[in-house]
Amino acid sequence: MDHIVDTFPGRGDDTRMPGGRAFITETREAARAAGIHLFDVRDADQGIVHVISPELGIVLPGATVVCPDSHTCTQGAMGAFAWGIGSTEAEHALATGTLRVNRPKTMRVRFEGRLGKGVTAKDLALALIGRHGSVGGNGYAVEFAGSAVRALEVEARLTLCNMATEFSAVTGFIAPDDRTFAYLEGRRFAPKAADWDAAVASWRSLASDEGAMFDRELVLAVNEFTPMVTWGTSPQHSVPVTAAVPALEASGTTREAWERALSYMGLEPGRPLAGLPIDAAFIGSCTNSRISDLRRAAAILEGCKVAPGVKAICVPGSMSVKRQAEAEGLDEVFRRAGFEWRESGCSMCFFAGGESFGRQERVISSTNRNFESRQGPETRTHLASPETVAASAVAGCIADVRELMD
Amino acid sequence: MEKFTSLTAVAAPLIRANVDTDAIIPSREMKAVSKTGLAEGLFAGWRYTEIGGREPNPDFVLNRPGHAGARILLGGENFGCGSSREHAVWALAEYGFRAVIAPSFSPIFYGNCVRNGIVPVKLPAEAIASLAAAVERNPAGTPLTVDLVRQKVTSPGGPDHDFPIEAEARDMLLEGLDAIDLTLKQRAEIEGFHARDRAARPWIYL
Ligand code: SF4
Repeated sequence: MDHIVDTFPGRGDDTRMPGGRAFITETREAARAAGIHLFDVRDADQGIVHVISPELGIVLPGATVVCPDSHTCTQGAMGAFAWGIGSTEAEHALATGTLRVNRPKTMRVRFEGRLGKGVTAKDLALALIGRHGSVGGNGYAVEFAGSAVRALEVEARLTLCNMATEFSAVTGFIAPDDRTFAYLEGRRFAPKAADWDAAVASWRSLASDEGAMFDRELVLAVNEFTPMVTWGTSPQHSVPVTAAVPALEASGTTREAWERALSYMGLEPGRPLAGLPIDAAFIGSCTNSRISDLRRAAAILEGCKVAPGVKAICVPGSMSVKRQAEAEGLDEVFRRAGFEWRESGCSMCFFAGGESFGRQERVISSTNRNFESRQGPETRTHLASPETVAASAVAGCIADVRELMD
Repeated sequence: MEKFTSLTAVAAPLIRANVDTDAIIPSREMKAVSKTGLAEGLFAGWRYTEIGGREPNPDFVLNRPGHAGARILLGGENFGCGSSREHAVWALAEYGFRAVIAPSFSPIFYGNCVRNGIVPVKLPAEAIASLAAAVERNPAGTPLTVDLVRQKVTSPGGPDHDFPIEAEARDMLLEGLDAIDLTLKQRAEIEGFHARDRAARPWIYL
C-alpha cells in the first residue's frame, strides 16, 4: 500500500500509478478475506511499513520479521532479525510460518567516537558504504555497534540499519538497550503489564556476548566524519559534502562504472559538490521521514525560504508522524519555507503513486537509492541527510549544512 | 517449477556493476498484480529508445541479431540489487532466461532466482569477462553451457569453470521442487516450536 498510494492531500484509492486503484482495492479485499490487519489508506496509523512497524511496537527485540521489501532490515535497529524477501518467499512464510534460510555470515561494524555537528546516522551509512563498497556486506548479517551507535537515538538507529541493504548485507541490527525499551514502552502493539516486564528481562539477554567472535569486523572512527553526499548512481559513490567529484583512481569503482555514472549525472571529475545547482529537494522515505528527521530539517528551515525554482517536498513517513509534526507546528515551518506538505507514503523515493521528478532534474534527497531513474526517468539523485537536503533547498545548490548551524 | 539439469544456449553479456531490479523491470512496466506480461518490459529503460516506448535501441545487447533467443545472461557485480521485487526474476524467466552468471548477486535476488527456476551462477569477474569476450566475437557460434549437475559452465573451445551453489538450492532447481511442499513435511516440528515459543514469549504473538 505504502508504495502505491498517492501522497497528495485529499487522496483516496486513486493513484497515477497504472493499476494502482486495482492494487489497493484487491489488497483490501484479500486482507479482509484472510483476516489480516491492513493499515489502509485512511487508517490513522497508515504509513511506510518500516516507519509504522517500530512506531506501533509491532517489531520487537528478538522477533523474526520478514516483509517483501528490501528495506525490512531497517527494523533490525530494534534488536530484531528482520530482512527483505521476495513474493514467493512471502507466500512460503504465510503458508508455513517459517522460511528456509542459510545461516548468514556475521560481521560487526563498530562506529567509535562522537559525531560532529551536522553529522547523522545517514552520514554513517553513506560513509560505510562509500569506504567498503555496495557489496561490502554481501552474505553477512551485520551488527552495528560501538560508542557512536550506542549514543544514537532509536530513530537514528533505524536510519542506519535501513541502508544495510545498500551495503548488500542480509540485514543489519543493533543490540536492544534502555533506549530501545523506553522507545517501545506503551506503544500500541507492545507488550503490556506483566508481559512487558517479562519481555524486557528476556530482551536484556539478547546482546552479543563480550568477546563474541564475528566472521568479519570493521572499525570506523567517526570523530572526523562530515555530512556526506553522493555524486553518482550507487550509494557507494558517496563523499564528504566538502569534496569534489572524484577522479577515476579515487572513485573506488571501475572505469566503465565511473564514466557511466558521470555521464548519467552530468558531472565532471573535480567539480566540487557544494555549490552544484539543484532543481528539487525531497525529504521523506523509510530512511529519513520520522519525527526527529523532520524536527532537524525544520530547525534548518526556520525563517528561511526555498531558493526560487527549486521544487521542495516533504512527505512524513506515517500519518502519526504527520500529526505529531503538525502539533509541533513543523508543517507551518515547511510550508512557509516553500515545501509541499504531503500525506504519508513512499512517494517520490521511487515514483510511488505514479509521481516522479523530471528528466535530468537534479534532486537532493533524504532517500536511500540513487540508482538510474529511481526517482523518475533520467532523474539525477544525490543522497544526503534531511538537514543537508533542507540546507540545499534554501541555498538552491548542494550545501554544507554546518554553515547554517550555530 | 520446471526442472533444470543442463542448458546450452546463446548468451547475452550485460557486464555492468549494480544492475538493479528497477533497471531489470522498471516499476512503470509492472502494470498489474501479476507474474506474467512482464517480458516486454524487461530492461525497458535500456532496451527501447524512449521511456515507455517500444522502438528497439539497436545498441542494446538483446536487440543485436546474434543474441536473439538468448537464455543465459552474463552480468556484473551485485547483480539484482535494489528493490526486492520478484517481478525482475519473473520478467527474466518470461523472456526466456534460465541462468544468470555474475560475480556476485544481491541476496534477495539470488533467492528469487532459485524459487523461479533460474540458476544463479557465481563466477569470478575475470572468468565472466573472458566468456563475454568469446561470446561477443561470435554470439550465435558461441553458445554457453550451464551444467547444474556437474556445477560447470563451459563454452566451445574454452576452459571449464566450476561454480558453487548450496545443496538445497541445487536440489530445488534440479528437481523443480516447490519449497512450501518441502517445508510442510516438517509440519509437526514447526507446530511444536510455535507452541513452545508461544509459551515462552507470548508477547511476540499478536
Ligand atoms: S520509502 Fe522508498 S525505500 Fe522505503 S519502502 Fe518505500 S519505496 Fe522502499
